[in-house]
Amino acid sequence: MDFIIAKYNYWIYIILMMIGLYGMIAKNNLAKKVVGMTLFQTSIILFFISTSVKSGGATVPIVMGDPHLHGHVIPGTVHAIQYLNPLPHVLMLTAIVVMVATFGIAVALLMRIYKRYGTLEGDEIVEIRKQETAS
Amino acid sequence: MRQFLGFLVTMVTAALLIYSTPEMPGWGDPNSPASTHVSPRYIEKADEETHTPNIVTAVLADYRGYDTMGETMVVFVAGIGCIMLLRRRQHK
Amino acid sequence: MIRRNDDLIIETLARLLIPFIQAFALYVLFLGHYSPGGGFQGGVLVAASLILLIIAFDLEKTTKRFSEKFNVICNGGGVFIYAGIGLLCILLGGNLLDYSVLSKILPVGPEEARALGILGVEIGVEITVAACLVSIFIDLAANGEN
Repeated sequence: MDFIIAKYNYWIYIILMMIGLYGMIAKNNLAKKVVGMTLFQTSIILFFISTSVKSGGATVPIVMGDPHLHGHVIPGTVHAIQYLNPLPHVLMLTAIVVMVATFGIAVALLMRIYKRYGTLEGDEIVEIRKQETAS
Repeated sequence: MRQFLGFLVTMVTAALLIYSTPEMPGWGDPNSPASTHVSPRYIEKADEETHTPNIVTAVLADYRGYDTMGETMVVFVAGIGCIMLLRRRQHK
Repeated sequence: MIRRNDDLIIETLARLLIPFIQAFALYVLFLGHYSPGGGFQGGVLVAASLILLIIAFDLEKTTKRFSEKFNVICNGGGVFIYAGIGLLCILLGGNLLDYSVLSKILPVGPEEARALGILGVEIGVEITVAACLVSIFIDLAANGEN
């Protein structure tokens, strides 16, 4: 039981990631592939955030300052056990913005493909390209 | 066939990943490898060295500022790429 | 292409909400040192306010106020501010993005100079993220017709 409580979060991320991977591999529609990619990235973000958790009364990584010192603390009184690990938060903060940027690029590419071929199904695009090269 | 192959690959990958989970640190473990290498240094010294109580901001823009500069350039290039792909101006 | 559909409730609500969203974006940016926030989050809020302007009114009215030329200038200007602060640190004798040497030209100590350097960098990030998200939305919404 302790094993399940300690590890079940990884299984949730694995399930989410596999839904995204299946969408990327097996779906034929390019828009659905993009949705799968976004699900994959979301599961990675959740996984990284979960590695920053520390049990035992740790709070968010913002130092609670002394009001007499303008919100700062006396050096040497901050201990790592009091605060969550800030590093995954930093990495995922930038990763979320990059995820939005890649999603925008992907949707722009999809719009160009739809204008060019009139469809988003992968095999239909391959057929149209074959006919174009033959003629 | 394509769906079946994709399902097979997905299941094999999921089995491998679940097989590796007992090696991972447990939920909320304060001694996990991610929390012991460099992050205690950041937590203990961030406010003293940069006068920024928000450790995330201090690490984002100061200790790892070069990384964030790269991320900003990625966002910039993404915006330029969208403009190049979609913006078509009608000549008057 | 988003066209105007003259809905009084939506336009009044957008007119009322947009200044508060932008003020909150600036709050999130400048309080990023002491509370959750920073350049990325504030930039997304600015972009959200401008996107609300686009979908509540129409694209032409928005691009009159926030033209695409200015948008591209903002997009590059944020990166320029970021890299310029990094270059300024080199010119003052430090490493790239080592803000503590900024205390030579600012009337503060090295620690406060680092906090101010972080603030300048976050302003650059905010400008870039806001302009980038708005330009992506404009391009997707205009569908290549502008």
